[in-house]
Amino acid sequence: MIEALEILTNASLWSAVLRIATPLIFGVLGALLCERAGVLNLAIEGIMTMGAMIGWLAVYLGADLWTGLAIAAASGAALGLLHAFLTVSLSLSQHVSGLGITLFASSLAYFVYRLVVTVGSLPPSIEPFQPIKIPLLSKLPFIGEIFFSQMGPTYLAIIAVLIMIYVLNRTPLGLAIRMTGENPHAVEAQGLNPIVIRIVAIVVGSALMALGGSFLTTAAFNSFFPEMVQGRGWICIALVIFASWQPGKAFFGAILFSFFDAYQLRLQHVVEDVPYQLFLMAPYVLSIIALILVSRRAKVPEALMAPYRRGER
Amino acid sequence: MRLERRTHTSTKLVLTAPVVAIFVSLSISGILIILAGVNPFLAYLEILKGAFGSKLAITETLTRACPLILTGLAASVAFKARLWNIGGEGQFYIGALVAAAIGNNLLIGIPILLAMVLVMISSMIAGAILLAGPAFLRLRFGIDEVVTTLLLNFIIILFVGLMIEGPLKDPFAFGWPQSVPVDRSLRFSDLIPSSRLHNGFLIAVFAALIIWTIITKTSFGLKARATGLSPKAAAFSGISLTKTIMIVALISGALAGLAGAIEVMGVTGYVTTTLSPGFGYAGIVVAMLAALHPGGVIISAVFIASIFIGADAMSRATGVPSFIADVIMSLSLLAMLIAIFFTNYRIKK
Repeated sequence: MIEALEILTNASLWSAVLRIATPLIFGVLGALLCERAGVLNLAIEGIMTMGAMIGWLAVYLGADLWTGLAIAAASGAALGLLHAFLTVSLSLSQHVSGLGITLFASSLAYFVYRLVVTVGSLPPSIEPFQPIKIPLLSKLPFIGEIFFSQMGPTYLAIIAVLIMIYVLNRTPLGLAIRMTGENPHAVEAQGLNPIVIRIVAIVVGSALMALGGSFLTTAAFNSFFPEMVQGRGWICIALVIFASWQPGKAFFGAILFSFFDAYQLRLQHVVEDVPYQLFLMAPYVLSIIALILVSRRAKVPEALMAPYRRGER
Repeated sequence: MRLERRTHTSTKLVLTAPVVAIFVSLSISGILIILAGVNPFLAYLEILKGAFGSKLAITETLTRACPLILTGLAASVAFKARLWNIGGEGQFYIGALVAAAIGNNLLIGIPILLAMVLVMISSMIAGAILLAGPAFLRLRFGIDEVVTTLLLNFIIILFVGLMIEGPLKDPFAFGWPQSVPVDRSLRFSDLIPSSRLHNGFLIAVFAALIIWTIITKTSFGLKARATGLSPKAAAFSGISLTKTIMIVALISGALAGLAGAIEVMGVTGYVTTTLSPGFGYAGIVVAMLAALHPGGVIISAVFIASIFIGADAMSRATGVPSFIADVIMSLSLLAMLIAIFFTNYRIKK
């Protein structure tokens, strides 16, 4: 029992929390941006898988790490464009289109991976991101290790949260995006094109999701293997609801979630005689419980999942 | 590009949709096969041979199609009422696990046919309960069932892992994590001698017939379809949405659970965490390719099964990664979505 509490005072736990949270932060921001514009993006799981594979592959073939991330983001944007075409241009079912792209993107990622790495060989590894120690600040006791000795993409994720909060809540662009998710007809009346706004939001959101995926193979691990995204995309979709579609809350949701994840990993070594599967189940069970807890006060964007066609009501 | 709604959609047009979708999917996948350095026509010929080239190949394809028919039916029933059951995978696994648990030694002394029915009913109940949860959460709290059913898939597979390494572990499996086996007497006999194709296939086809009857010939089927077409209008005409969606959920979950039971009783005899190569997710594609029609589900399940069985053989012969089967399947789904769209809309001249 004492040991279980001692883990909490260990800076390495909290440092791990931010690291584990990074792919979720990117993913949840991406999903949130799409949904604020009125489109549910269930392609997220596949886009994260593709991002993880492409990011790794680019670096494996000789690109530097940041270029790998950029290429991953581009692959996400391309898949986002496909989702936008199906759901916005053709107004097809957002559920089915998203799931279809998830199946397509993951199978394409596995196919391309298998073209490069044949069955039976060990997954080849790359030189991943190393922690950047920010001068002076990283020397601070406890918080130095937690906040100022992280890998580059983790800082980028935190900056992305701040940008998202600012853009969504403080700029005309953010207002247009939010209005598109609430009432696209009003946007049209303002002389803006809700269709273009939705497409752009999906493309940018999907690029963010792919960045989250690429963190897994370029920072958290150093190689790619099938099934590695492990439902993180679905957890992001749950986190968006948990956060009532607010980027700030979504950030804290991702942190809270990653805290439980990092804690259960360490608890596994302390608490014996409990099957490890129960610990692994915890994140998914927690997500469902979180959904139930917030369901009463969830404020869903009014036009979420409502297709928009010009001149049709 | 401007689009207008068709005033009339002919049956011929609806029937061509899956054909066009599959053609488009095979064309795009062909490019990937070229990238793998293989002639796509040769590859598709190998797939065809691998899936239908011999008696063994055909029986393997139908064996693979059996669970897909049931998970496909599960998805089509649910989607018809716009209940987005993406939890077929979890429901399949819980059905399989319950079949192994009940069929191992609990039913000794009961007439075999009755015992087999009891095993299948238990699995159906397990699958139904698993989907009843998310359906309840949606109806009571408005929680999107897509997210909950997806998350439950992960929970259930971990639960299966826990059970087959714990209480349901087979002590005679030399330490391999697999469940206790279903009693020999409760296994399906072969439908075609010296093949893996078992009598469970007939049950799957029969299930499609029953579902077709329920959907088209009963008042409940009408209510379910009305709920899917327009929930508001359905509610206005006095249909209880809660009751209808709940019953749809029970039927859909039961079908996926039955798929798990039949796979265990017909093919493997026991459960592992790799029992399903994504039967639940593939069921969604099967349902969509069939435009949610129960009869069509049988055909599209055989098609999807043939792609997977054929791709394995093709991969061994040519070296093209067998993941091409997953690519073909997912592209067919996306192409089918677009094809269905153009059965309802046309490009304005």
